[in-house]
Amino acid sequence: MELSPFDKQLLAAIEDGLPLEPMPYARVAERLGTTEQEVLDRLAGLQAKHVIRRFGVIVRHRELGYTANAMVVWDVPTPIVRKTGRCIADMPDVTLCYRRPRRPPVWPYNLFAMIHGRDRDAVLHRIDRITKLANLNGAPRAVLFSRRRFKQRGARYSPATRIEPQREPA
Amino acid sequence: MTELDAIDKRLLDEFQRGFPLAARPYAAIAEELGIEEDNVIDRLRALHDCGAVSRIGAIVAPQRTGWSTLAAMAVPPERLSAVANLVSEYPAVNHNYEREHRLNLWFVVTGPDEKFVEDILENIQSRTDIAVLDLPMIEAYQLDLGFPLQWN
Repeated sequence: MELSPFDKQLLAAIEDGLPLEPMPYARVAERLGTTEQEVLDRLAGLQAKHVIRRFGVIVRHRELGYTANAMVVWDVPTPIVRKTGRCIADMPDVTLCYRRPRRPPVWPYNLFAMIHGRDRDAVLHRIDRITKLANLNGAPRAVLFSRRRFKQRGARYSPATRIEPQREPA
Repeated sequence: MTELDAIDKRLLDEFQRGFPLAARPYAAIAEELGIEEDNVIDRLRALHDCGAVSRIGAIVAPQRTGWSTLAAMAVPPERLSAVANLVSEYPAVNHNYEREHRLNLWFVVTGPDEKFVEDILENIQSRTDIAVLDLPMIEAYQLDLGFPLQWN
Protein backbone atom coordinates (compact mmCIF):
# COMPACT_ATOMS: atom_id res chain seq x y z
CA MET A 1 0.00 0.00 0.00
CA GLU A 2 1.33 3.41 -1.01
CA LEU A 3 1.24 6.12 1.65
CA SER A 4 -0.28 9.46 0.78
CA PRO A 5 2.04 12.47 0.55
CA PHE A 6 0.38 13.82 3.67
CA ASP A 7 1.07 10.64 5.63
CA LYS A 8 4.72 10.83 4.61
CA GLN A 9 4.92 14.47 5.68
CA LEU A 10 3.30 13.61 8.98
CA LEU A 11 5.77 10.78 9.68
CA ALA A 12 8.62 13.09 8.74
CA ALA A 13 7.26 15.80 11.03
CA ILE A 14 7.42 13.51 14.07
CA GLU A 15 10.64 11.64 13.27
CA ASP A 16 12.58 13.78 15.75
CA GLY A 17 9.92 13.06 18.36
CA LEU A 18 6.63 14.49 19.52
CA PRO A 19 7.16 17.98 21.00
CA LEU A 20 7.32 18.06 24.80
CA GLU A 21 4.70 20.73 25.32
CA PRO A 22 1.08 20.58 26.50
CA MET A 23 -0.53 20.41 23.04
CA PRO A 24 2.04 18.60 20.88
CA TYR A 25 -0.34 17.50 18.13
CA ALA A 26 -1.51 21.07 17.61
CA ARG A 27 2.12 22.06 17.16
CA VAL A 28 2.68 19.31 14.59
CA ALA A 29 -0.53 20.39 12.80
CA GLU A 30 0.70 23.96 12.70
CA ARG A 31 3.95 22.86 11.07
CA LEU A 32 2.02 20.93 8.43
CA GLY A 33 -0.62 23.58 7.87
CA THR A 34 -3.47 21.34 8.96
CA THR A 35 -5.73 20.79 11.96
CA GLU A 36 -4.99 19.01 15.19
CA GLN A 37 -7.92 16.67 14.55
CA GLU A 38 -6.49 15.69 11.17
CA VAL A 39 -3.12 14.84 12.77
CA LEU A 40 -4.81 12.73 15.46
CA ASP A 41 -7.01 10.93 12.91
CA ARG A 42 -4.11 10.15 10.59
CA LEU A 43 -1.92 8.87 13.41
CA ALA A 44 -4.74 6.60 14.53
CA GLY A 45 -5.24 5.45 10.92
CA LEU A 46 -1.55 4.68 10.39
CA GLN A 47 -1.56 2.58 13.54
CA ALA A 48 -4.71 0.75 12.50
CA LYS A 49 -3.05 -0.08 9.16
CA HIS A 50 0.11 -1.22 10.99
CA VAL A 51 2.26 1.28 9.12
CA ILE A 52 3.10 2.58 12.58
CA ARG A 53 3.93 -0.53 14.57
CA ARG A 54 4.10 1.30 17.83
CA PHE A 55 3.76 4.87 18.95
CA GLY A 56 5.14 5.90 22.30
CA VAL A 57 8.19 6.33 24.47
CA ILE A 58 11.28 4.97 22.73
CA VAL A 59 13.87 4.15 25.36
CA ARG A 60 17.60 3.72 25.01
CA HIS A 61 18.21 0.36 26.62
CA ARG A 62 21.92 0.88 27.21
CA GLU A 63 21.28 3.92 29.36
CA LEU A 64 18.93 1.80 31.47
CA GLY A 65 21.52 -0.87 32.14
CA TYR A 66 20.75 -3.20 29.24
CA THR A 67 24.35 -3.51 28.16
CA ALA A 68 24.32 -7.07 26.84
CA ASN A 69 22.71 -6.69 23.43
CA ALA A 70 23.06 -9.58 21.05
CA MET A 71 22.20 -9.97 17.42
CA VAL A 72 21.74 -13.70 16.95
CA VAL A 73 21.78 -15.16 13.46
CA TRP A 74 21.06 -18.65 12.17
CA ASP A 75 21.27 -20.34 8.80
CA VAL A 76 17.83 -21.90 8.55
CA PRO A 77 16.73 -24.01 5.55
CA THR A 78 14.60 -21.72 3.38
CA PRO A 79 11.45 -23.89 3.41
CA ILE A 80 11.16 -23.63 7.20
CA VAL A 81 12.48 -20.11 7.77
CA ARG A 82 9.04 -18.49 8.10
CA LYS A 83 7.74 -21.05 10.56
CA THR A 84 10.94 -20.83 12.58
CA GLY A 85 10.95 -17.02 12.51
CA ARG A 86 7.41 -16.85 13.85
CA CYS A 87 8.25 -19.28 16.58
CA ILE A 88 11.25 -17.22 17.70
CA ALA A 89 9.32 -13.96 17.43
CA ASP A 90 6.77 -15.24 19.93
CA MET A 91 9.36 -15.74 22.63
CA PRO A 92 9.64 -13.12 25.33
CA ASP A 93 12.58 -10.74 25.14
CA VAL A 94 13.09 -11.17 21.41
CA THR A 95 12.61 -7.58 20.22
CA LEU A 96 13.19 -8.04 16.51
CA CYS A 97 13.10 -11.06 14.25
CA TYR A 98 13.74 -10.68 10.52
CA ARG A 99 14.59 -12.79 7.53
CA ARG A 100 17.41 -11.28 5.48
CA PRO A 101 19.37 -12.61 2.47
CA ARG A 102 22.43 -14.85 2.80
CA ARG A 103 25.54 -13.49 1.08
CA PRO A 104 27.80 -16.51 0.61
CA PRO A 105 30.61 -17.05 1.23
CA VAL A 106 31.02 -14.17 3.71
CA TRP A 107 27.55 -14.32 5.28
CA PRO A 108 25.69 -17.65 5.40
CA TYR A 109 22.91 -16.61 7.83
CA ASN A 110 19.31 -15.75 6.93
CA LEU A 111 17.40 -15.40 10.23
CA PHE A 112 18.14 -12.50 12.60
CA ALA A 113 16.91 -11.86 16.14
CA MET A 114 17.77 -9.15 18.68
CA ILE A 115 17.95 -9.97 22.36
CA HIS A 116 18.58 -7.35 25.05
CA GLY A 117 19.70 -8.13 28.56
CA ARG A 118 21.57 -6.81 31.56
CA ASP A 119 24.00 -9.66 31.76
CA ARG A 120 25.98 -11.42 29.04
CA ASP A 121 25.78 -14.91 30.52
CA ALA A 122 22.03 -14.62 30.99
CA VAL A 123 21.62 -13.55 27.37
CA LEU A 124 23.73 -16.48 26.17
CA HIS A 125 21.65 -18.81 28.28
CA ARG A 126 18.44 -17.47 26.74
CA ILE A 127 19.88 -17.83 23.26
CA ASP A 128 20.56 -21.51 24.00
CA ARG A 129 17.01 -21.93 25.20
CA ILE A 130 15.56 -20.19 22.13
CA THR A 131 17.74 -22.30 19.85
CA LYS A 132 16.51 -25.47 21.52
CA LEU A 133 12.83 -24.46 21.52
CA ALA A 134 12.97 -23.42 17.86
CA ASN A 135 14.60 -26.75 16.96
CA LEU A 136 17.70 -25.03 15.62
CA ASN A 137 20.34 -27.05 17.46
CA GLY A 138 21.83 -28.29 14.21
CA ALA A 139 21.71 -24.95 12.40
CA PRO A 140 24.85 -22.84 11.97
CA ARG A 141 24.62 -19.90 14.35
CA ALA A 142 26.55 -16.80 15.37
CA VAL A 143 26.05 -14.41 18.29
CA LEU A 144 27.16 -10.83 17.67
CA PHE A 145 27.16 -8.83 20.91
CA SER A 146 27.36 -5.10 20.42
CA ARG A 147 30.53 -3.39 21.62
CA ARG A 148 30.57 0.32 20.92
CA ARG A 149 27.52 2.29 19.89
CA PHE A 150 28.48 4.97 17.39
CA LYS A 151 24.98 6.23 16.64
CA GLN A 152 21.38 5.56 17.61
CA ARG A 153 18.37 7.61 16.68
CA GLY A 154 15.11 7.42 14.79
CA ALA A 155 14.98 6.64 11.10
CA ARG A 156 14.63 9.42 8.57
CA TYR A 157 12.38 8.67 5.66
CA SER A 158 11.78 12.20 4.45
CA PRO A 159 12.75 12.76 0.81
CA ALA A 160 14.47 15.93 1.98
CA THR A 161 17.11 13.78 3.68
CA ARG A 162 20.42 14.57 2.07
CA ILE A 163 22.73 11.92 0.71
CA GLU A 164 25.85 13.84 1.64
CA PRO A 165 27.33 13.24 5.05
CA GLN A 166 27.18 16.03 7.56
CA ARG A 167 28.39 16.57 11.09
CA GLU A 168 25.71 15.93 13.63
CA PRO A 169 25.59 14.56 17.15
CA ALA A 170 25.48 10.80 17.41
CA MET B 1 22.59 9.02 35.41
CA THR B 2 20.62 9.98 38.50
CA GLU B 3 18.46 7.40 40.23
CA LEU B 4 15.07 6.89 38.62
CA ASP B 5 12.09 7.00 40.93
CA ALA B 6 8.95 4.89 40.66
CA ILE B 7 7.17 7.49 38.51
CA ASP B 8 10.08 7.69 36.05
CA LYS B 9 10.06 3.92 35.76
CA ARG B 10 6.34 3.85 35.01
CA LEU B 11 6.80 6.58 32.40
CA LEU B 12 9.48 4.51 30.69
CA ASP B 13 7.65 1.22 30.97
CA GLU B 14 3.96 1.83 30.47
CA PHE B 15 3.89 4.23 27.53
CA GLN B 16 6.12 2.47 25.00
CA ARG B 17 3.07 1.83 22.87
CA GLY B 18 -0.45 3.18 22.65
CA PHE B 19 0.65 6.72 23.49
CA PRO B 20 -2.49 8.83 24.10
CA LEU B 21 -3.96 10.30 20.91
CA ALA B 22 -5.71 13.22 22.55
CA ALA B 23 -5.19 16.96 22.38
CA ARG B 24 -3.33 16.89 25.71
CA PRO B 25 -1.56 13.51 25.87
CA TYR B 26 0.72 14.46 28.76
CA ALA B 27 -2.32 15.45 30.82
CA ALA B 28 -3.83 12.02 30.11
CA ILE B 29 -0.62 10.36 31.32
CA ALA B 30 -0.50 12.66 34.33
CA GLU B 31 -3.96 11.59 35.34
CA GLU B 32 -3.00 7.94 35.10
CA LEU B 33 0.09 8.49 37.24
CA GLY B 34 -1.61 10.85 39.69
CA ILE B 35 0.72 13.78 39.02
CA GLU B 36 0.53 17.12 37.18
CA GLU B 37 0.83 17.57 33.43
CA ASP B 38 3.85 19.88 33.87
CA ASN B 39 5.53 17.22 35.94
CA VAL B 40 5.11 14.62 33.17
CA ILE B 41 6.62 16.97 30.60
CA ASP B 42 9.51 17.92 32.91
CA ARG B 43 10.28 14.30 33.69
CA LEU B 44 10.20 13.25 30.03
CA ARG B 45 12.46 16.15 29.15
CA ALA B 46 14.91 15.13 31.88
CA LEU B 47 14.82 11.48 30.74
CA HIS B 48 15.43 12.65 27.20
CA ASP B 49 18.31 14.92 28.23
CA CYS B 50 20.03 12.16 30.18
CA GLY B 51 19.66 9.78 27.23
CA ALA B 52 17.23 7.23 28.69
CA VAL B 53 14.53 8.34 26.25
CA SER B 54 15.43 8.65 22.59
CA ARG B 55 12.12 10.33 21.72
CA ILE B 56 8.39 9.94 21.81
CA GLY B 57 7.74 8.70 18.38
CA ALA B 58 6.64 6.13 15.88
CA ILE B 59 8.30 2.87 14.93
CA VAL B 60 7.39 2.51 11.27
CA ALA B 61 7.22 -0.89 9.59
CA PRO B 62 10.26 -1.17 7.30
CA GLN B 63 9.67 -0.82 3.58
CA ARG B 64 6.24 0.75 4.17
CA THR B 65 7.31 4.34 3.80
CA GLY B 66 10.55 4.22 1.91
CA TRP B 67 13.41 1.76 2.09
CA SER B 68 15.91 0.62 4.67
CA THR B 69 18.65 -1.94 4.93
CA LEU B 70 21.08 -3.42 7.41
CA ALA B 71 24.66 -3.04 6.22
CA ALA B 72 27.85 -4.65 7.49
CA MET B 73 31.56 -4.12 6.93
CA ALA B 74 34.73 -5.95 7.96
CA VAL B 75 36.88 -3.02 9.05
CA PRO B 76 40.53 -3.46 10.07
CA PRO B 77 40.62 -2.70 13.83
CA GLU B 78 43.00 0.23 13.45
CA ARG B 79 40.55 1.92 11.05
CA LEU B 80 37.36 1.16 12.94
CA SER B 81 36.86 4.50 14.71
CA ALA B 82 37.53 6.52 11.60
CA VAL B 83 35.28 4.41 9.37
CA ALA B 84 32.51 4.33 11.99
CA ASN B 85 32.59 8.11 12.26
CA LEU B 86 32.49 8.46 8.49
CA VAL B 87 29.42 6.20 8.39
CA SER B 88 27.68 8.01 11.27
CA GLU B 89 27.96 11.33 9.48
CA TYR B 90 25.36 10.30 6.92
CA PRO B 91 21.97 11.61 8.09
CA ALA B 92 20.38 8.48 6.57
CA VAL B 93 22.30 6.24 8.99
CA ASN B 94 20.28 5.88 12.18
CA HIS B 95 21.93 2.96 13.99
CA ASN B 96 25.63 2.22 13.90
CA TYR B 97 27.30 -0.35 16.17
CA GLU B 98 30.53 -2.22 16.59
CA ARG B 99 29.79 -5.94 16.97
CA GLU B 100 31.85 -8.98 17.91
CA HIS B 101 32.54 -10.58 14.56
CA ARG B 102 34.92 -10.34 11.62
CA LEU B 103 32.14 -8.19 10.16
CA ASN B 104 32.55 -5.70 12.96
CA LEU B 105 30.60 -2.62 11.86
CA TRP B 106 26.82 -2.85 11.51
CA PHE B 107 24.53 0.01 10.58
CA VAL B 108 21.02 0.74 9.32
CA VAL B 109 20.46 3.04 6.35
CA THR B 110 17.00 4.47 5.71
CA GLY B 111 15.69 6.68 2.92
CA PRO B 112 12.77 7.49 0.65
CA ASP B 113 13.53 4.67 -1.82
CA GLU B 114 15.83 1.76 -2.61
CA LYS B 115 18.06 3.71 -5.00
CA PHE B 116 18.71 6.39 -2.39
CA VAL B 117 19.87 3.73 0.07
CA GLU B 118 21.96 1.84 -2.50
CA ASP B 119 23.70 5.08 -3.51
CA ILE B 120 24.74 5.67 0.09
CA LEU B 121 26.15 2.13 0.42
CA GLU B 122 28.13 2.61 -2.79
CA ASN B 123 29.34 5.98 -1.60
CA ILE B 124 30.58 4.49 1.68
CA GLN B 125 32.23 1.60 -0.15
CA SER B 126 34.11 3.86 -2.53
CA ARG B 127 35.19 6.30 0.17
CA THR B 128 36.49 3.56 2.48
CA ASP B 129 37.55 0.95 -0.09
CA ILE B 130 35.89 -1.69 2.12
CA ALA B 131 33.10 -3.92 0.81
CA VAL B 132 29.65 -3.11 2.23
CA LEU B 133 27.32 -6.05 2.72
CA ASP B 134 23.69 -5.14 1.94
CA LEU B 135 21.14 -7.16 3.95
CA PRO B 136 17.65 -5.72 3.37
CA MET B 137 14.78 -7.26 5.27
CA ILE B 138 12.92 -9.95 3.32
CA GLU B 139 10.26 -10.66 5.91
CA ALA B 140 9.54 -9.45 9.45
CA TYR B 141 8.34 -11.92 12.06
CA GLN B 142 8.58 -9.47 14.92
CA LEU B 143 9.10 -5.72 14.79
CA ASP B 144 10.16 -3.56 17.66
CA LEU B 145 7.09 -3.55 19.88
CA GLY B 146 8.87 -2.45 23.02
CA PHE B 147 9.24 -4.75 25.98
CA PRO B 148 8.72 -4.60 29.72
CA LEU B 149 11.76 -3.30 31.54
CA GLN B 150 13.22 -5.08 34.54
CA TRP B 151 14.60 -2.77 37.15
CA ASN B 152 16.50 -5.09 39.48
